[in-house]
Amino acid sequence: MKALLIAILVAVGCASVRPAAADEVVGVAGAERAPGPFAAAVAELKDASYSRKAELIRALAAQRAPGTKELLAALLDGNVSSRSSDGKVFIVAPAASGYALTDPLTGKGAGIEPAPGFAKVGINNALRRVLRSALAQFDLSSPDTAARLAAVKEMLRAFDEGGSASAAATTRALLESQLEKERDASVKHEIETGLALAALGDSSPQKRLAAIDSLASSLNPDVYNRLVALSDPGTESDTAVRAAAAAAVRHIDSWRKFYGIIETLFFGLSLGSVLVLAAIGLAITFGVMGVINMAHGELMMIGAYTAYVMQLLLPNAIGASIILAVPAAFLVAGLVGVLIERFIVRFLYGRPLETLLATFGLSLILQQVVRDIFSANNRPVESPSWMAGSLQVNDALSITYNRLVIVLFALAVFVVLQLVLKRTRLGLEVRAVAQNRAMAKAMGVRTDWVDALTFGLGSGIAGVAGVALSQLTNVGPNLGQSYIVDSFMVVVFGGVGNLWGTLIGGMSLGVVNKILEPYAGAVLGKILVLVCLILFIQRRPRGLFPQKGRAVEA
Amino acid sequence: MAVQTATPPLPAALVAGKDLSGQRMLDRPALALLALLALLGIFVPLFNLAVPETSALHVTTYTVALLGKYMTYAMLALAVDLVWGYCGILTLGHSAFFALGGYAIGMYLMREIGARGVYGNPLLPDFMVFLNWKTLPWYWHGFDMFWFAALMVCGVPGLLALVFGWLAFRSRVTGVYLSIITQALTYALMLAFFRNDMGFGGNNGFTDFKDLLGFGLHAPGTRVGLFVASVVALAIGYLTCRYVVMSRAGRVIQAVRDAESRARFLGYRVESYKLWVFVFSAMLAGVAGALYVPQVGIINPGEFAPLNSIELVIWVAVGGRGTLYGAVAGALLVNYAKTYLTAALPEMWLYALGALFVLVTVFLPRGVVGLVARVAGRKAARA
Repeated sequence: MKALLIAILVAVGCASVRPAAADEVVGVAGAERAPGPFAAAVAELKDASYSRKAELIRALAAQRAPGTKELLAALLDGNVSSRSSDGKVFIVAPAASGYALTDPLTGKGAGIEPAPGFAKVGINNALRRVLRSALAQFDLSSPDTAARLAAVKEMLRAFDEGGSASAAATTRALLESQLEKERDASVKHEIETGLALAALGDSSPQKRLAAIDSLASSLNPDVYNRLVALSDPGTESDTAVRAAAAAAVRHIDSWRKFYGIIETLFFGLSLGSVLVLAAIGLAITFGVMGVINMAHGELMMIGAYTAYVMQLLLPNAIGASIILAVPAAFLVAGLVGVLIERFIVRFLYGRPLETLLATFGLSLILQQVVRDIFSANNRPVESPSWMAGSLQVNDALSITYNRLVIVLFALAVFVVLQLVLKRTRLGLEVRAVAQNRAMAKAMGVRTDWVDALTFGLGSGIAGVAGVALSQLTNVGPNLGQSYIVDSFMVVVFGGVGNLWGTLIGGMSLGVVNKILEPYAGAVLGKILVLVCLILFIQRRPRGLFPQKGRAVEA
Repeated sequence: MAVQTATPPLPAALVAGKDLSGQRMLDRPALALLALLALLGIFVPLFNLAVPETSALHVTTYTVALLGKYMTYAMLALAVDLVWGYCGILTLGHSAFFALGGYAIGMYLMREIGARGVYGNPLLPDFMVFLNWKTLPWYWHGFDMFWFAALMVCGVPGLLALVFGWLAFRSRVTGVYLSIITQALTYALMLAFFRNDMGFGGNNGFTDFKDLLGFGLHAPGTRVGLFVASVVALAIGYLTCRYVVMSRAGRVIQAVRDAESRARFLGYRVESYKLWVFVFSAMLAGVAGALYVPQVGIINPGEFAPLNSIELVIWVAVGGRGTLYGAVAGALLVNYAKTYLTAALPEMWLYALGALFVLVTVFLPRGVVGLVARVAGRKAARA
């Protein structure tokens, strides 16, 4: 497929450009047989030594004759072969009955011939690098910023890997000319870094010093490695350069550390968001109603399976299915929640320990139901394309989109929930019942109706959290179990009956976990956090933000 | 948390006119339970060792081990009933104490293997040789002596319960908060014991035991011996618990369960009572664990799983909490059902267990014992 595409490109490209090329080759009838430098180089490619091939490729790239890019790209992919019968070089594409041939000189198709009559023009790793950097030179003039950036990066690598001096000089000249034309700041920055990197190898110490000076704020790992090498007496003889390099390394180190801390904080926040999402529904049922819902994790699992089912229903629209899964999971989990409240929890108000046991039994049943319907195996839920990849802030810091989306999603859920509780009639009644059930009842609030809806709301939020979790882990029957202890800890840590406490508690637990992780390892870090929490609850039995007022002493 | 606005009932134990001192320590259910245990302790070994295998009355060694396991579970249920049924502390971490007791005896059993392990190292257990450890960690010293291990079986769970309980009860962590942090405790311990660096065999735990006090663990005689020891331990455990709840301290403990603040205002040091009953219960659980491990032949961090702790609470709930013999009955019933169902209808077990949780808490708050009493009471009223 790719080869076919190249062939089409070649054909189209050549069709439009070929007349100009024909003008250059004056006095020859039919451009096919042009004995110009391009044709000569192409003809020589097939049996030149690897080092001669490298020279030929560089020469070809410098000439920039039409069709060169396609030829080099095909060479890099191993799709250039010579015909054994007459030694003519072709770009080949595997076809049903042998090779579909393209003449690199004309860009025209040359029929299909059986594969055994051809010998591949071989390349090695060194040649691959040469080819890549040569191809990058073509991309340098591409209108696409990303392509230009990639091209510059590719060419910079050539400096590092120490090609011939003349090759480096050509590259530098190319980059310098591009620097003048370049309008995009990021590409410009990359070129400047690259040129300074090249200047680090300059023979004059002044130039090296100037280059170090301009590189001192760069976070590029190549730059860092070169500077570390320069601060070593073994590679650098000049003491002033060594000192400057060492100072630059220290400066970069402190910045890298800074970005490392930011990255840890971000990881912590994204873990914290997961905890908040898992805990916030619990905070409602536990905090507002005093009900321990051990099946909360299973409601999350139901939400995650809803996302999976949505994806089965809409296999061609992954992005849409995830977005639709959010309200769907809210409804499904919320409905299950209302049923749980009506048929079990209702009978157990005022007996929190019994509620805990009953809902735990329910969680076992729900797990087994899911196992029977979907099997015990984990089910993958695909991520939409807009959640893939990462936001590259700079060379030292990149933020993956899926984590970013989770953080934003958690905050959005929090805000919506706050609005519901503070701005709607239902929220008012929920808070009234939470504060004083008997009085609320006396004022005409239908407490049993409020109870059912509150439980449904908390359960629905759990379902939504499950959709978010389906993007991070595989969806399986044990999904909920692994979060139940954590989410209880968040609620208890933050303070019961306070959503702000849950938010701050969850986020800080996430951050603390991630900070401890590099020192203590993931498992030990988690144990330490649990132990700290147990000790914390001893000090402040009602959490960070305790509920105030007479209602507390139940 | 404003749900419980109703005034808590008066503490039954402190109400004048309801004098508990008139009750006998060995009432009818207690005698029935002890008689049942005596019968088991005499006839199971007899039918296993003396009756030939071809006879229909023969009890297989497998059954003996299974019954022995049930006895240790019943002891564990007793320990939970003591703190939950009588003191109102719903612990979701009691299997931690059970597992710690098991690990303590497991360390002794590992040291007993000696040079007979796969690697033949006379000092280090196999998993340490495998991890390339050179010396025995300090906390493994002394476990080659049975008396020391036996001491640790009570000491380690007791100490953990003492520290944890002292911290928790002193700062008045109660109700569901306490339940949740006990769950966190056993969860943290599980994670810790899964680590290889802890020196407790990581996720494989201890297994491949050879002998106990010189008796081969696979010999039928040792099996029967362990079974009898479990029955005797259960009987002693029951009597001790019965003694505790019948004592004056036991009545204060029940008062704490019914109205903690009132008991405190009457001048009782509520935290001390709670702490001692919690520590005693943890030790009892530790002994149960120590009897359990040699009979099943393995101990691993899975025993710490929060699920186990919750499951054992349901044994007590099924039997009927606050009665002691109910806890024993519940443990035996649920575990027999588990053995039967997991073999006959494996996919039904979780449904059954889940339904048990729901139905018992909603419809049978006093458990099977309560149901039996109610039915009997109705009959008596009709007569």
